[in-house]
Amino acid sequence: MTDRVLIIGGGPAGLEAANQLNLLGYKPVIVEKEDILGGHLAKWDRLFPEGERADTVLYKLIKPVEHTPVYLNTIVEKADKEGNNFRVKLSGGKEEIVSAILVCAGFSLFPAEKKEEYGYGIYNGVITSSDLEKWFKTGKGVNINNPSKVGFVHCVGSRDEKVCNRQCSKVCCVTAVKQACEIREKFPDSEVFCFYMDLRMFGRKYEDLYLKAQNKYRVRFIRGRVSEVSEDFTGKVVIKAEDTLSSKPLKVSLDLVVLMTGMISNNSIEKISGILSLNRAEDGFIEPADTITKMYDSGKEGIFLAGAVTGPKTIPETLSEARASALAIHNYLSKKTIQ
Amino acid sequence: MNRFGYRLSPSSQIDLDVSDNSLFRDILAGEPGISTCIACGSCVASCSAGVFDKISFRKALHLLEAGMDTEAVALLEGCMMCGKCTLVCPRGINTRHAIVLIKRKLNKG
Repeated sequence: MTDRVLIIGGGPAGLEAANQLNLLGYKPVIVEKEDILGGHLAKWDRLFPEGERADTVLYKLIKPVEHTPVYLNTIVEKADKEGNNFRVKLSGGKEEIVSAILVCAGFSLFPAEKKEEYGYGIYNGVITSSDLEKWFKTGKGVNINNPSKVGFVHCVGSRDEKVCNRQCSKVCCVTAVKQACEIREKFPDSEVFCFYMDLRMFGRKYEDLYLKAQNKYRVRFIRGRVSEVSEDFTGKVVIKAEDTLSSKPLKVSLDLVVLMTGMISNNSIEKISGILSLNRAEDGFIEPADTITKMYDSGKEGIFLAGAVTGPKTIPETLSEARASALAIHNYLSKKTIQ
Repeated sequence: MNRFGYRLSPSSQIDLDVSDNSLFRDILAGEPGISTCIACGSCVASCSAGVFDKISFRKALHLLEAGMDTEAVALLEGCMMCGKCTLVCPRGINTRHAIVLIKRKLNKG
């Protein structure tokens, strides 16, 4: 038995779990497939519902683990159980002997070009929510020049059997509302529309943000799924949808269309669940042993879960889960040691 | 006259590029609460006259915002101004006041 724990994924879940495991006296090692820590958070500008800077949150997560060993640009290739330990082979020929593994492989954003009818990658005026976030953060990537009309399309790649993603991605509704307010803040003369099927303002203060979007920023919410996006000869992007509240077809020409891409399972989850023999549900995310009381439990001895590997989650939810996983790992390892 | 079974239908499309919702914006200035409607329908469900007449404050508001004033106003004609809808609105919109403003505006015109 060792005091080493392998953390797969250096996003918010992995960073928070590493910090907690350090505090509990263990030696976590983080394996991150990208060349920086932070996952999607590192690419984001501001967070809902109160607009906190992603940088600030990331700093709070990275600072406590700055002395924790991290393998960047590295993935797990193989893991063999040897008694109480795992012998883990990493890409680049490195090897780690650990007594527990925490899977925090995160999620991917739906590739918007798969919904061809929305014109991403075809029309310049069509971007994704993460493109917009990158533009807010760096001013780079896409060209946004004082748009007078902007539309947000909810549920792109979510709640859509056509792209094999039936699940609700949960965070995009409030992200759209946040970004809609930010656009109105940056371009006070603009008109902003949100095309939604349901607005799922499930979290604390989300409804407040929605109310502010309505009465302060005058964002227009149109209930109806966008059927198609096209470009007219002036370069404007034309959206068609049914306004289901009046049962009438609707069209509007916009300067910018933002596609709210959903959180989906990815190759990393598929690969790691193969290597560790973990169960995945129909939506592609890992299925925990108990979805109510033990979301952190993979059902396999010594292997734990945290964050969006078990489905779309907010950052506070992910962080709580990371702490729960760290405690579960502590309980597991201390029981083993006594035996 | 013979009927040949075909006809020309006017478009029912809401075209936000050309729609003029100045009446909505006038009402909004007098009753800012209307921007917060969540289309729950409790105003319609509570309407005393609603079962006898085509009355829908929810839909009227929605059509006004889309600039379809004639259709919108037709949905408020049977209103008896009882104000029950104001009591049930979960967003706290003074719906009765909004209806008064709409009717006042139109009578002036």
